[in-house]
Amino acid sequence: MKAPLIKISNLRKTYGNFVALHGIDLEIAQGEVLCVVGPSGSGKSTLIRCINHLEPFEDGSDITVDGIPVRAGPDLDQVRAEVGMVFQSFNLFPHMTVLRNVMLAPIRVRKMSEADAEKRARDLLERVGISVQADKYPAHLSGGQQQRVAIARALAMEPKVLLFDEPTSALDPEMVGEVLDVMKKLAGTGVTMVVVTHEMGFARQVADRVLFMDGGAIIEAGTPGEIFDAPNEERTRNFLQAVLAH
Amino acid sequence: MDLFSTFFNIPVLMQSLPQLMNGLLVTIGIGATSIIAGLIGGLVLAVMRLYSGPLVNALVRGYIDVFRSIPLLVLLIIVYYALPFVGIRLSPFFSAVTALTLVSSAYTAEIFRAGIEAIPKGQFEASAALGLSNRYTMTDVILPQAIRIVIPPLTNNCINVLKDTALASVVAMPDLLKQATQAQALAANPTPLIGAAVIYLILLLPMVRFVARLEKRFSRGRS
Repeated sequence: MKAPLIKISNLRKTYGNFVALHGIDLEIAQGEVLCVVGPSGSGKSTLIRCINHLEPFEDGSDITVDGIPVRAGPDLDQVRAEVGMVFQSFNLFPHMTVLRNVMLAPIRVRKMSEADAEKRARDLLERVGISVQADKYPAHLSGGQQQRVAIARALAMEPKVLLFDEPTSALDPEMVGEVLDVMKKLAGTGVTMVVVTHEMGFARQVADRVLFMDGGAIIEAGTPGEIFDAPNEERTRNFLQAVLAH
Repeated sequence: MDLFSTFFNIPVLMQSLPQLMNGLLVTIGIGATSIIAGLIGGLVLAVMRLYSGPLVNALVRGYIDVFRSIPLLVLLIIVYYALPFVGIRLSPFFSAVTALTLVSSAYTAEIFRAGIEAIPKGQFEASAALGLSNRYTMTDVILPQAIRIVIPPLTNNCINVLKDTALASVVAMPDLLKQATQAQALAANPTPLIGAAVIYLILLLPMVRFVARLEKRFSRGRS
């Protein structure tokens, strides 16, 4: 097996007296699609927000992405340029057209020319099925379309890994499918993906490995078959029963 | 002498009008310089407060509190009459601009801070996640959105600065008010003062209406 792309060791995060993450150890391989599931407040969003240091973590914790340590300081923007993120609430820039949203970071961070950035942006918008709306503003798009633009915006940086923080949780039910379809296509291209999600069907179908978290710790990890069909832990069984029952 | 020829004496007004116009130019000069310098100062202070450590933060907060508390007239008199004792001699124009800018920067900094803080956290996070530096996060993402929010309060601040330029007459600055009081003394008739008041109104009323309209539009957009 290749060297892991992301190495997390003893990751601890606290909010005052509340311990959000209890010393997590995790390695994510190049090209792996990892789905993180678990109840609300289990620390799964906090975990992936630590990977690009949107959440600062405790001393003694250690995260590296492609060998570069993730920590506050001058190198942080460099790490972040290699780690794409898609948010629950899209977070598109409302004062820019869809096209400019996708072009901004390649121009500013990668120092790409306007023309090259525009070409790449149009290609990516085509890939996520938004090419017709390229010159509209985000407010004129549906939630599903906005989230697909956000995926294109993250991809424009050609990141080594894409983090998804509950990408379909803020969407109307009829729009969940279109976003999951784009993510499924992506997973087939060999991009490394870490996906925090409540979509168990997606996790079962697309994930190479599923991580079940509860109470700020990884309870168990395994292939979708192992986790969904034959979980070892009581807590995993209870959680799956609760979410799959309805 | 009836009321009309006392307060609205046309020959006196005509005679003093060139003097008043000169004063208006001085008023606009002081006002525009102070407004522009205050905008720059305020923006720098607001961004410093956002991105620097606790020490600088405390200094900036101290500056803002002091200059929002001190009466402008007191500050102006200190700059013009007290600073020469330590060897700092500023012309009436620069005394007025300095005092107005110091105070305007403090108010503008608070306006910009409120504008920046009104931008959702997700915008900062999305910028950070893309690897944008603090500088580009500000210039490309945050400020263009914040400017729209702060235009009404900034315009209000401009109105206040323009009105406060009248205090410069205290330090012998030949601004609109000073010219009017001189013309009044010369003509032994208060009409030039009324004329100056009308000119202030012509200058400022449109800005007041503009702010009112903007505020109405913004509140409609929110609901």
